[in-house]
Formats: sequence, structure tokens, C-alpha cells
Amino acid sequence: MKKLPTKTSDGATDIVKTNGKKDRHTLSCLVENKAGVLARVSGLFSARGYNIDSLAVGETEIPDVSRMTIVVKGDEKILEQVLKQLDKLVDVIKVSDYRATPHIERDLALIKVKANKSNRSELMQICDIFRTKIIDVAADAVVIEATGDEEKIQAFLEMLEPFGVMEMSRTGIVAIARGKNVLSLKK
Amino acid sequence: MELTGAQIVVGSLVREGVKVAFGIPGGQALPLYDALYDAPFRLVLTRHEQGASHMADGYARASGKVGVCFATSGPGATNLITGLANAYMDSIPVVAITGQVRTGVIGSDAFQEADATGCTRSVTKHNFLVKDVRDLARIIREAFHIAATGRPGPVHIDVPVDVQRAKTPFVWPATVRIRSYRPISAPSDDDVRRAAELIRRAQRPLLYVGGGVISSGASDALRRVAEKTDTPVANTLMANGAIPFDHPLALGPLGMHGKYVSNMALQHCDLLISCGARFDDRVTGDLKKFSPKSKKIHFDIDPACINKNVPVDVGVLGDVRRSLEKLLPLVSRKSHPVWRREIKAWDKKHPLSYRLGDGLVKPQHVIKTLHRLTRGEALVVTGVGQHQMWSMQWYQAKRPRHFLSSGGLGTMGFGFPAAIGAKLARPDRTVVSIEGDGSFQMTMTEMAIAVREHIPIVVILLNNYYLGMVRQWQQLFYNKRFSSTALTVKGANAADGKEPTPGRDPYVPDFMKWAAAYGIEGYRLTRNEQVEGALRKALAAKSPVLVEAIIPRDENVFPMIPAGMGVENIIVDMA
Repeated sequence: MKKLPTKTSDGATDIVKTNGKKDRHTLSCLVENKAGVLARVSGLFSARGYNIDSLAVGETEIPDVSRMTIVVKGDEKILEQVLKQLDKLVDVIKVSDYRATPHIERDLALIKVKANKSNRSELMQICDIFRTKIIDVAADAVVIEATGDEEKIQAFLEMLEPFGVMEMSRTGIVAIARGKNVLSLKK
Repeated sequence: MELTGAQIVVGSLVREGVKVAFGIPGGQALPLYDALYDAPFRLVLTRHEQGASHMADGYARASGKVGVCFATSGPGATNLITGLANAYMDSIPVVAITGQVRTGVIGSDAFQEADATGCTRSVTKHNFLVKDVRDLARIIREAFHIAATGRPGPVHIDVPVDVQRAKTPFVWPATVRIRSYRPISAPSDDDVRRAAELIRRAQRPLLYVGGGVISSGASDALRRVAEKTDTPVANTLMANGAIPFDHPLALGPLGMHGKYVSNMALQHCDLLISCGARFDDRVTGDLKKFSPKSKKIHFDIDPACINKNVPVDVGVLGDVRRSLEKLLPLVSRKSHPVWRREIKAWDKKHPLSYRLGDGLVKPQHVIKTLHRLTRGEALVVTGVGQHQMWSMQWYQAKRPRHFLSSGGLGTMGFGFPAAIGAKLARPDRTVVSIEGDGSFQMTMTEMAIAVREHIPIVVILLNNYYLGMVRQWQQLFYNKRFSSTALTVKGANAADGKEPTPGRDPYVPDFMKWAAAYGIEGYRLTRNEQVEGALRKALAAKSPVLVEAIIPRDENVFPMIPAGMGVENIIVDMA
């Protein structure tokens, strides 16, 4: 876990866990599936200076409703403002902070790694251990599909480093609550 | 019967009870303006779209109804932006309708195309791009609903020209139902009870009231709560008139240029009851030193405003009027003689003051005289700058919706067009536009509208030949380096690039000649003795009139709490 000293607003030096859970919040929003909604949400974050780690958006079981999973960094005060400001957007139906809710998070990464005859089998072993899939093979490169939470993908990436990661494309976190708990349309 | 989209716009506005709208036509608004030619409401042609947006805003502030403005695509739409941002910051209900290039060419960089909804997104409460004429009536209905309910604000509707031309049956939706928009209006019983409990225990309570009291119509409820609990009332710029200026519990304005007594009361109260105010930095100054001894209650319609800048002990979410009405029977009758005596002593120590002198006209004297002649009952609209702060201090209004000013955005150029909108909302009122020479020149072209439409407005122009508020800050905090604040002609010094000297170099324009060019009466005042006579004549006029008072170049606004500081840093005057 990396720790960086950063300046807080009152000038004191504070240790912020950049990769930890303390100031990282996973929000799930139901929004109208309309043109411009993504711009409204992302515009809110940029206008008010909130930091987005990732934002993933897609359809839901209801045709005209989309779901956004937003991972945001900030203290309690910022989180409260983010939730309230998101809720104020006319096209946002429901916002929920998953911190206190048992939930599952998944991130999907497509990773292109240097690999040839000599080290491909070693790479395949690592993929097996992480339960990831090789989905494309060429003479000197493979593409791996990796699914998991952020920590697993991070650990997997560290193992791939010696091979040489050529490029990567990720979805960002999507999340859903465990059990029968659902995010309802009621505000 | 099938109507065109443009006719549906007009029909929908009629259904919404629109009596007057402001705007300028253009290529992509031609069908709309063709339909407006037959509209049963008044259509005011402005000289600039910014003027239209401020007029709609001023109309809304004065009337409590939704203001409406139109513009064409591209530059028409972008010219509205300042006015929409202004309305957004001050929570004013406005609906702006713009033309747009036809749907088939959107995104092709067509002539006079701008991504209008992209531009207005961050300065409106909500916006719509209408792609199907069948959605138009519903969208207009929703726009008015969103603009006027919850925390009010501007809503923009962009209507491509082919949608304006397309035909469909006009069906006015019976109700509005937006599943993602349900503003809370009724406060919770628990929250109000907790507020009442804090009020019961307070020895030094203070009501800090903002624009929400005006927009929710809470003045009467506020006065009754204040009287029953013997709680003094300090107002923000936005809440001038929320309580009558001559009420014994009215302290007057607080904040950076507020009264000493209001700021001292804020600092020493043991309970701060904020009503429809948002703890703006111009009120709080240094947050760490803000009202340190008090418990805090915050009544507000906007959940995001509660605990945003200042943590509060009790937040009451809901319409301020409804909250105060609910609170009234729960509070017991109280009296705070010690607290009231302390307050009286602060007021005696540093009342608002100025020295009349024997030189040029004193701006405070002009406004004080206006207040006396109109008994505080005129509808006063200000621009932004020193004249705005002098107006706030010396024109404490008798009634709500009678002092209109750009609070949050601080938009120079707001005042005069907003005064035109206000006069159309309240033709029964004497409307006075108090301006500074910098602010007025930003939108004074709209005088053509006042003349064209026979709208009698008294413009009081306080002319100090400077962008005075910036000059004041340069004097106090930037070593008197008056960079780009003199408004006079570059004179003898022009060749070496130095700033002009207002005492020596001439002023443009000559406002008396300018008034003559518009065919209106103009009076130029250079001595205090001329003020009352000229104001009497101007207030009796049945057409627009300009009163220009030449005021001292270096007159400053005091008291002043410098930005980001606490009340102990208050500068009472230069001496």
C-alpha cells in the first residue's frame, strides 16, 4: 500500500492512504438513461473539484434506467457533498454509498503482455493461479482478460511486470450489494 | 388540432401564466418568433441577450413568478449564459428558450451552431434539448416546475428549428411527474422540535436570514418568530427587506460590508438561526473564527447547503416559510433584555456613518435621501460594486422583493436590465436602478428598451470615474497601484502607457449627452445640496430618467472586513 504525504487544506502534513479503503468510496447511482446524463455527472465532479477514481456506466434491468458506479476519493465532508450534489441532479434517481453495505466489486482488465515461446508457459501458470484467461495469442504477445476487485488486479499486474505490460484497458469498478438488498428506484 | 412546435411553445407559456417575456430573434428562432407575433403576452425586444436574461431574472425576483427569455442559436444562446449563471447562484426561477440548428445538422459546426445545452449545463438547475416535437409541451411543463420548486433556479430549453416547425397535436399535460425529481418541502416534526428546544435554551439568539426567506415568502413567519422569541434579525444582501427596516428587531446587513452591530451580534450570539442563507464566504469571512460561541440551526430547502461550509447542530430541511410556521407554536415567548442592551451598545458605538463634506456629492447622502423621499418603499435594483454596498447599507427596504441585487455571482451589468424586468412585474411601484459607472456601462444599451417600451425607471448613476470597488481593494491591499480601474480617457500619459488620471483626463461618455441621445431627461449633480431637488423631480417623472451624481474618486465602502478575515479585523473607516 503506497503512502504519500500530502498537504491538507489547513497546511498540516497528513498521511493519506492512496490505495487504501479509508478515503475511497464506492457509490452506486441509478440515473435516467438519457443523452447528457454522463456529462452532468462528470461535469459535477470537475466543477466542484472532486476526484473520481473510476466511473462505469451501463444499462440495468429497467430499459430507461442506467447504473453508474463511481469510485471517489475524499474525506467524510467531501463524500457528504458528493452524495448530496449528485442527488440534486434532476436526472439522478437514486444515489447510494456502499461503504456500510456488504457488496461485491469487480473490475475487468484487458492486458497485453510481451510473451514468446520461451516464457509463455510460465505466464500461463500465473494466469491459472489468478484465474485469468488468455484470450489472444501472437508470436510475441498475449492478451489476458482479468476480472476481480482492485487488489487482485493490482497483485496480478505486479506479477506481469517482469514480462513487460504493453498496454491495458480497464472498465473501472462495478459494484452490487450482496444478498437480496437492491437499489430501488424510490428516492 | 395540430400545431407547430413554435405554436406549442407559445401555447404552453400561456398555460403557465406568462405575462411578459424578453428576448431577441434570429435565424434559428424565426418560427418561434413568428408564433410569438400572435402571443397574447407582452414580448420585449432587448438589445443584447444578456439584457434579456437579467430582465427575466429581475421580473422573477420582483414578482415571485418564473421569468422567461428567448434567444436564437449560437451567439444568442451563449449571450444568455451570464444571466443564467447569475440566476443560478441566487436561486431565481427563469426559463430560457433558445433556437438551435436543425436536428439533422447538430454537431456539424453549422452556421450559428453552439452546443447550447453543453454551455448552460453547469449554470442551470436543469436543461433540455428537444429532439421530438411530441415531447415539447411536457418539457416546457417540466421546465417551469423544476425552475419554481425546491431550491428555485434557471432551466434552459434548446429547440432545434425543425422541431419548431414540426406539427403535432397540442396536449398540455395535466400533471408533472418526474420520478428523479422530488424536492422536499415539508420539514420533519423532529427537526423543528429540536430547533425549538435550542431556541428555548438560548440567551443570545440571532436570526441570520438570506434569500430563501424572500423566495419562500417567509417574511411574515420570520417576523412573528422573531417577535415571539425576542430575537434580533441580521440580513444578508439577498434578504434586504425580509423584515421591515424600521422593525425594532431589524439589525440590518451583515458580512464583509455589513453593519458593525450585525457582525458583532453574529460573533457573540449563543444561538445562530440561519434561515434560507448559505454561509457564503462574504458573510462568514474566516470560517475558523466564525460565530465561535454559538450553537447553530440551519433552515434550508437545499440538503447540500446544510453542513457545507459550517457544521450545524440542527439542520431543518424544507421550505423556510413552512418550517418557520411550524416552529412558531413550538417556541415560547421570551425576552432577552441583556442581549438587546449589548446590541444597542454596539449599534451606538459604530453606526453607519459618512462625512458630508463640502466637495462632490456623497454617494451615501444620495441613497439616504432617496430612502427618506421614498420611505424605504421603492423597488430598488443595484448593479455590482461600491454603489451596491452603499445601497445595501443605506437603502434598507420596507418590504420583501423590493431590493434586488446580484448576490452570489456579483454580475456587473445586472442592475439596469433587471430594473426593467422588475418594473414590468410591478408597474405600481417606483423602480429605482442604482448604478455605478462601471456596472452601468456593461448593459446601459438596454435604455433603448426603457424608452421604446415606455418603462419609467429612475436611474441613479453614482459616477466616481473608476471601477470603484476594485480601486478600493487596490488602495487597501495593492499599494495604490490603480491598474486598469480609471475609466477616463488616457491623456497626457497615454504615450508612455501610464494609467489616466481621473482628476485631469476627461470621462467618456458624457452621460448628459448620452441621455439626450436616448431622448430622456438627465440631471448631473456635483454638490450635495442638489440631491434632494433632483431626486424629487426624477421620482415624479413618467418616463425614464437619469440622475448622475459625480462622487469623490476615493470614497470607500466601510465598514469592511477584509476577505478571509474575522470580525476583529473590521475596518470601520479610513481614519
